Amino acid sequence: MLTDDAVAAVMFAAVTLYAVFAGADFGTGLWDLLAGGAKKGAPTRRLIDKALGPVWEANHVWLIFVIVLLWSGFPRPFATIMRELAIPFWLVGLGIVLRGSGFAFRKFAPTLQAARLAGIVFAGSSLFTPFFLGTIAGAIASGRVGAGIEDEVIWLSPTSILGGLLATGTCSFLAAVFLTEEAERLGDSELTEDLRKKSLISGSVTGVISLLGVSVLASDAPTLFDGLTGRGAPEILIAAVAGSFTMIMLAQGYTRRARLSAVIAVATVVIGWGFAQYPWLLVDNVTIADGAGHPATLTALLIASGIAAVVITPALILLYRLVDTDQLGH
Amino acid sequence: MLAQLTEGFVPLLAQDALLPARNQMAISLGAHIILACFGVSMPAMLFVLHRKGVKGDADALELAKRWSKVSAVLFAIGAVSGTILAFELGLLWPGLMEQFGDVVGLAFTLEGISFFVEAIFLGIYVYGWGRLPTKTHQFLLLPMIISGMTGTFFVMSVNSWMNAPTGFDIVNGQVVNINPWAAIFNDAVFLQYLHMLLAAYMVAAFTMVSVYSVGWLRGKRDRLHRLGILVPLTFAAIVTPIQPIVGHFAGQAIADRQPIKLAAIEGLSETESRVPIIVGGFFDEEEGEVVAGVEVPIPGLGSFLAQNSFNAEIIGLNDVPEDEQPPVNIVRYSFQIMVGIGTGLAMLVTYAGFRWFRDKDSFLENKWMLRAFALTGAGAIIAMETGWITTEVGRQPWVVHGILRTEDAVTDGNWVWFTFIGLTIIYVGMFAAGFGVLRSMSKRWAAGEKDLESPYGPARIQELVA
Repeated sequence: MLTDDAVAAVMFAAVTLYAVFAGADFGTGLWDLLAGGAKKGAPTRRLIDKALGPVWEANHVWLIFVIVLLWSGFPRPFATIMRELAIPFWLVGLGIVLRGSGFAFRKFAPTLQAARLAGIVFAGSSLFTPFFLGTIAGAIASGRVGAGIEDEVIWLSPTSILGGLLATGTCSFLAAVFLTEEAERLGDSELTEDLRKKSLISGSVTGVISLLGVSVLASDAPTLFDGLTGRGAPEILIAAVAGSFTMIMLAQGYTRRARLSAVIAVATVVIGWGFAQYPWLLVDNVTIADGAGHPATLTALLIASGIAAVVITPALILLYRLVDTDQLGH
Repeated sequence: MLAQLTEGFVPLLAQDALLPARNQMAISLGAHIILACFGVSMPAMLFVLHRKGVKGDADALELAKRWSKVSAVLFAIGAVSGTILAFELGLLWPGLMEQFGDVVGLAFTLEGISFFVEAIFLGIYVYGWGRLPTKTHQFLLLPMIISGMTGTFFVMSVNSWMNAPTGFDIVNGQVVNINPWAAIFNDAVFLQYLHMLLAAYMVAAFTMVSVYSVGWLRGKRDRLHRLGILVPLTFAAIVTPIQPIVGHFAGQAIADRQPIKLAAIEGLSETESRVPIIVGGFFDEEEGEVVAGVEVPIPGLGSFLAQNSFNAEIIGLNDVPEDEQPPVNIVRYSFQIMVGIGTGLAMLVTYAGFRWFRDKDSFLENKWMLRAFALTGAGAIIAMETGWITTEVGRQPWVVHGILRTEDAVTDGNWVWFTFIGLTIIYVGMFAAGFGVLRSMSKRWAAGEKDLESPYGPARIQELVA
């Protein structure tokens, strides 16, 4: 069936965009927490406020888009996911509420104490939200969702923990790279240097987790592992090359190139995951074709996605250009 | 001891997810809808102010700047509380989504796209102060105004579909022959959409009127406050008198489509003709009638309002078995509160409009007018919330009218009491903090700070160190 694959592809594209753009937003949490006291951390926190302020809501909407496509295009697998992964979804929901309101409040908080509290809420929830999203991905990718498992907490399996750590690591790395570029563009060399180091460290840590993860996947998620070494292998290879290239560029101080290749690395990992688990929607249990909803709805969803592409793409480009150049039309 | 406690506690928590799930949904929706109203209608009010500002009115421009910052805060809480609703549809009501996800999904997807557009342009607009050409900056509000309207339409489309389900067949218990476009354009969508769109403009406009009227009463009689009252008041004066008319036709549609909901609104047990309107009192379930209410001395007014004829027959609750009847008192009270407040607001703005045409804004000198204005924000919010309670509780026990019972849609998870209590605590905290933040913004503005520095900014840090 063409339409169900197409809707799944659109949905996965949205997952990828969410991972890259919202990932970079969530990742700032770690650096916000580690920035130091009110005075020492001020430059980092101002940079984060400036970088996230105009874009985080738009970046967040990709998740809503994924959710509505999932329940519209694949209503029964959606219900299965929500039944079996309710706890991590609630934790993600908690994180989203705390992150968004903490961020919005801290900039206008009445006192420094209140701003600190809001800041900690924002940063802490930014750190744990991707972890739980990763555990959800791990549970699905390791073939545990829809399998009727009762004697195991399926979102705390080895693959889920790996997914959580990888998501947190990747987000932190992406954020550090984005912030380094932003700091350099604003001409703050001390901050650039600090963030560049943090990018290199978080990149190395995430790389090591990925390498260690190979053995976890081989034993704990065999179907995904076969896919990653088969159908998804080209993407994973590109991701490895782009990731290494990012580190080299960072080491040599080419921050803009590092940003681009970091985006490519993260995007190709997610795309590779998608290819690796095809044709499964819920690995080992429900295929895309079996889980698909009514054909008329799938066709309508493709039309809606076409409308979305036409309406949203130029608007997003305008937003990112404005943020990237700080001026438009002058 | 602990074992005994948990033994007593666990069955209580596990017994039935329906009550906490319904409560949680009510809290989540009731909170989010207030914020959604601002997201839908603030762009239009901002556009008027911003346009005035660009044409040379510095006060209007300053007010637009301030309101855009307020909107950004409200939009942020609205975005996250909206996400929670998307989660809850699956987490609390998997039985609804697995059966009907592909029937109503298209509407939700189009709503998601509308919200996306609004989020992007809000980001550009708020960030654009001082960064975009003055003349074009204001026009970024137009896509937000339009996406606010389309977003409202698609959300209301889903809700009206729950009242007037269409776009599918049920064969042997299976949902088949789905037509998602037919589901969107169901019979109830147009009036419900209009009713909510007007409500959204009323809520935000009256809230702004209230805030600035309180300031005015406290002696802040500058031009900013005058604009802050008059611009939203103009919006309120345009939409509020239309609302009772739309509401009337929406009510007539209920008479045809959901007669039992109407019976609950009227407190009518048996099918009767020449039904009166009874205000107040309460519905005595034993007696099956409203007691201690005041009857409007026009015989058959209830029949007339519902069916355009004083002799028309109105279907009573007992037309269906008891387990298909909604709770009467909550529906009836909610409806009467909504109608009462809505009528009061319509009268107030009509009077204000009359005064305006006679002698401009002289009513700003009238303390009682301003005291009334100060109450309108809370009034509009209460009217909207009670309207939602009327339609949602009035549809019970159905989640999809006549097709799927709420108890059959709810999750079997044993965590619902925890999430209900947890969400309530977090939302109370979030709204309290949001209120505090908005108050602190207004205090800083009153103190003459135009640009709000981040608390981490150098000026504030120096203050702290010194």
